[in-house]
Amino acid sequence: MRYASQKIAYWYFVCALALFLAQVLFGVLAGTVYVLPNFLSELVPFHILRMIHTNALIVWLLLGFFGATYYLLPEEAEREIHSMRLAQVQLVLFVGAAALAVVGYLFRIHEGREFLEQPLPLKIAIAAAVLIFLYNVSMTVLKGRKTAVSSVLLLGLWGAGLFFMFAFYNPSNLVLDKIYWWWVVHIWVEGVWELIMAAILAYLLIKVTGVDREVIEKWLYIIVGLSLFSGLLGTGHHYYWIGTPGYWQWIGSIFSTLEILPFFAMVLWAFYLLWRGGRDHPNKAALLWSVGCPTMAFFGAGVWGFMHTLHGVNYYSHGTQVTAAHAHLAFYGAYVMLNLAIITYAMPSLRGLMPYNQVLNMWSFWVMTSAVSFMTFTLTFAGVVQTHMQRVVGGYSYMEVQDQLGLFYWLRLGAGVVTAIGAAVFVYAVLGPVREQLTTVKGAERLAPAE
Amino acid sequence: MGEGLTRAAARNIFYGGSIFFFVVFAALVLHSHWYAINRSTDAAGLTEAVARGKHVWERNSCINCHSLLGEGAYFAPEVGNVWIRYGGRDDPQAAREALKAWIQSMPTGIPGRRQMPRFELTDQEHDDLASFLEWVSKIDTQGWPPNEAG
Repeated sequence: MRYASQKIAYWYFVCALALFLAQVLFGVLAGTVYVLPNFLSELVPFHILRMIHTNALIVWLLLGFFGATYYLLPEEAEREIHSMRLAQVQLVLFVGAAALAVVGYLFRIHEGREFLEQPLPLKIAIAAAVLIFLYNVSMTVLKGRKTAVSSVLLLGLWGAGLFFMFAFYNPSNLVLDKIYWWWVVHIWVEGVWELIMAAILAYLLIKVTGVDREVIEKWLYIIVGLSLFSGLLGTGHHYYWIGTPGYWQWIGSIFSTLEILPFFAMVLWAFYLLWRGGRDHPNKAALLWSVGCPTMAFFGAGVWGFMHTLHGVNYYSHGTQVTAAHAHLAFYGAYVMLNLAIITYAMPSLRGLMPYNQVLNMWSFWVMTSAVSFMTFTLTFAGVVQTHMQRVVGGYSYMEVQDQLGLFYWLRLGAGVVTAIGAAVFVYAVLGPVREQLTTVKGAERLAPAE
Repeated sequence: MGEGLTRAAARNIFYGGSIFFFVVFAALVLHSHWYAINRSTDAAGLTEAVARGKHVWERNSCINCHSLLGEGAYFAPEVGNVWIRYGGRDDPQAAREALKAWIQSMPTGIPGRRQMPRFELTDQEHDDLASFLEWVSKIDTQGWPPNEAG
């Protein structure tokens, strides 16, 4: 840690990890309701559990992005964060609004569009916190050194903020509602968030492989170019069956198929740099997460996304457990692993330590990655059976089909429990007591790459 | 890899291409906006009752169990075509009453069956919700879902 203001990232990461635990806990509870439907049905019904599961995910990922930005920006810009005070205000405002939203959900205080359930005053508070953040980080970059990493990161963050504005537009015409709802949801996760992801990954790769920045940043532009060239028109794969014109079936199929390319490029990028760098960075756990992230994102977002994105397939699979399978592995691979990578990388210097608890951390990597993969397989099988019975063969009602899927839902619950254990191990490894620590002088500082 | 391409050139391709694709995307969405109002939905039939019914749908967060045109949670049946499943095309009044009776009989409390919570709706809200679901069932969805099961 070369700049004092990087320290603020620590609190962002702590809050992010607390919500991460809440997210997986509520996921396990919701998964339990699938197999024991009377569980909590009066006290906290399924729709509330799911609302907390998805909202906690989004909020903690954003907190991770904020923390990552505050951590890496001073090094990129070669100056302190513009205002520490604003960074603190933003944290309190954002976490306060998120916590109030979650507690409110338990008392059935919510709005009703998926993922955008936060009551209006809290939406405004969240938007205000994001604006404070954007101002703070933009000033930091404007006054300092400008790099490709910070430019792409800032573009992604501004995009996320601007497209969130569509959360405030809710027309009575359901088709219009859905068209612009996707401007928040799709353009976030299959558009501007990919810019944030690629930029943070570029920073990590510069640090852990030590390869020349010029090469890494050129690739960064190619990757984010592929993301937006495919991802913007790729929104079309959500416009097949919601009252939008038929031409989206062609545009959506072609461009969303191309959405696999940026993820494939990220895998090549990470492994090529690892091979070319040949550097023996001491933070092995951070390296594992940094390479695991694009790999699992390629499978979750890329392969599992492609599986049901062609309109001829999607006609049958739309709105089944196939979608749930894809969503779990895509979010885990792309955004959860990215956040855990930057947290694993940054935490030793934020706590003033050499890399520590690495074996435990890497155990959590394998436990969580295996468990979420298994969960994805079980949901995929459930989705295929569901699609076949309900949509292809036909003649069964929705609930008759669901009654055939019990085994898969039990296996999914098992995978969920293991995921939660893996998450707890990760949090313990990074925030808990230091059980083992590297003692050599091979610190990250000495290995700082030549730029 | 890509030795012939400089970082500055990659950057320019990224910015130029992104602007190009965003403009194309925005233009198509504008057309889709027009299409939604003039072609695929019954704009004249979008009455106050339908608009209020959409808010009943939202206030009770139905989307976190059900799906609507395939979007939402996948824990409970699709309702984009529930109006058709309930025979609303042939007998709208019977469908309205059946929907209301179904919602009012929840939760069933039957062990091992998924439970829909109790939502205390007024007669007006029941009626508005039915109007919304009727309106939704008439959206031109390019033939989706494949059958009545949704």
